[in-house]
Amino acid sequence: MITVRLFAIYRERAKREKIELDIKQDTQVGDLLEVVKNSVSSIRDLISEGKGMIAVNQEIANLDTLVRDGDEVALIPPVSGGTELVFT
Amino acid sequence: MPSGNWGLFMIRIQTEDFNIDTEVKTLRKKYRNAGGVVIFLGTARDISRGKSIKNLFFEHYPGMAEKQLNTLREEAISKFNVLDIGIIHRIGRIDIAENIVLIISVSQNRKEAFLACQWCIDELKKIVPIWKKEVTVDGEIWVEDHP
Repeated sequence: MITVRLFAIYRERAKREKIELDIKQDTQVGDLLEVVKNSVSSIRDLISEGKGMIAVNQEIANLDTLVRDGDEVALIPPVSGGTELVFT
Repeated sequence: MPSGNWGLFMIRIQTEDFNIDTEVKTLRKKYRNAGGVVIFLGTARDISRGKSIKNLFFEHYPGMAEKQLNTLREEAISKFNVLDIGIIHRIGRIDIAENIVLIISVSQNRKEAFLACQWCIDELKKIVPIWKKEVTVDGEIWVEDHP
């Protein structure tokens, strides 16, 4: 089971603070995002925009980063004052 | 955490307001070789992009926000060769004119103190998972970029 934490606009749109998912061992973040988009349609467009960052276990990650059972993933919307980063 | 209690890493995220004098005094006490102290205070203003703001709301990613602040602090100390940096950021509801964020940069020389302080606030706004929501008469908006 992995936990996907939602903050700020993600949290408000999804109306929840987290999503818990069962995933295959060693799933890539990019694939995980597709699962999240299918699970929570209210944030699908936001995720597709690719703005902000992804963190895995509180470290900045990219789309290739592997996630494992027990990991905590966070969808981090653009922070106030920064340049927009796109998930890479 | 009570005012003036910097804890181990000179970083705090808290809902309650802070007292600038107390925080500066506590941090300075450690450094008899400090020649300059630069303070940045971020405050809540009542206008943003032409809209009247009623209040702000700050949300953070507990754990990661503190880690990123500490990373930033350590990098600034090393990069600018200052003696120390303390950062306090409030979260939750913030009313107009209230304090939001305090950065204190302590250095032997003023030039480095200024540079480190500016760098910290610029970087904080890029990499630290703390989000600001502006509450206006027209609605609420999560700020994505802000000068």
